[in-house]
Amino acid sequence: MANTAELNGVNGLRDIRRSPASHLAAALEAGSVQGTVVLNEGPFQTMAGVRVDPRSEEGGRIAAAAGGLPARCGEVTGKDGVSVLWLGPSEFLVVAPEQAHDSLGGNLIGSLTEALGDAPGQVVDLSANRTTFELSGPRARAVLEKGCSLDLHPRSFTPGTALNTEVGNIPVVLQKTGEESFRLFPRASFADFLGRWLLDAMREYASPEVP
Amino acid sequence: MLLISCPNCGSRDETEFHYGGQAHVAYPENPNELNDREWAEFLFYRDNTKGAFAERWLHSTGCRQWFNMLRDTVTYDIQAVYPMGTPRPAAAPAAPESGTASLAADSTTTGTAAPSISGTSTSAPSISATGTTASTTAPEGATK
Repeated sequence: MANTAELNGVNGLRDIRRSPASHLAAALEAGSVQGTVVLNEGPFQTMAGVRVDPRSEEGGRIAAAAGGLPARCGEVTGKDGVSVLWLGPSEFLVVAPEQAHDSLGGNLIGSLTEALGDAPGQVVDLSANRTTFELSGPRARAVLEKGCSLDLHPRSFTPGTALNTEVGNIPVVLQKTGEESFRLFPRASFADFLGRWLLDAMREYASPEVP
Repeated sequence: MLLISCPNCGSRDETEFHYGGQAHVAYPENPNELNDREWAEFLFYRDNTKGAFAERWLHSTGCRQWFNMLRDTVTYDIQAVYPMGTPRPAAAPAAPESGTASLAADSTTTGTAAPSISGTSTSAPSISATGTTASTTAPEGATK
């Protein structure tokens, strides 16, 4: 977890906020194999759940505020550090750096709410709903393939896409951010399980390879 | 493990889905006129088909959307995937594109097959829960 103590939220509550897998930080560091596969919990993010018909007028306003709405499964749109992930035909997850939150001086939730107006749909602040695991390294795909049945080969799962699926039998949003780096968004209550599951899946890569 | 082709997401594992029971069970047109037995049949009585069976599925850990599926209860062969609200396609006569690993394009097969079957009402479940008036109009808007 990044040290963001300089950010003072409402009544200083920001200072005592703990991320869902913060108790695993030392284990994640110990379990990572530098140069092979590295796992850590990402910083807090501002997330907003958006439900809107993308073909409607309000959908167009939301798209303008968020930097586009993805049209189909896997697509990710966005601008200025904001990612919009496709969760369903009319359901999207907006992910932005923590500073974009309204209580920390940003305007993400407010601008989306304003763009929706009174039209049918919803914009919900989900910043505390999910945490972020960052998995990277040449063996990152092999680790994920132990518990994810999707085709994660680069020919079908390309950088800059995100899929709503299961990893280790729990629902996560799996985003591929680079050739060998992934972001996993499990719900907070699954963070402990997924962190330990990933550590277990990474363990074999700490040992010398058996020819 | 079934490999189900979600109309939105493509082929996914069966564990990502939830089963929604028999499709095309129409809500009674005049619920107030049903007696207890007819209500019970509407609520609880479902077909136990051996062969092609139309059923509802929810892609719960994916796009969270409902869709209909025509599945063979003997062979588990998935014959068609089609949207909610559309009539059941004709039972596929072993079409070449049928199969558990077929892609989402399957849902387009409803367009050709639908008209021939929608008028007959035999495609709808054969339970007579809703009486004669309701069963003839079964698929329209009542398929959820």
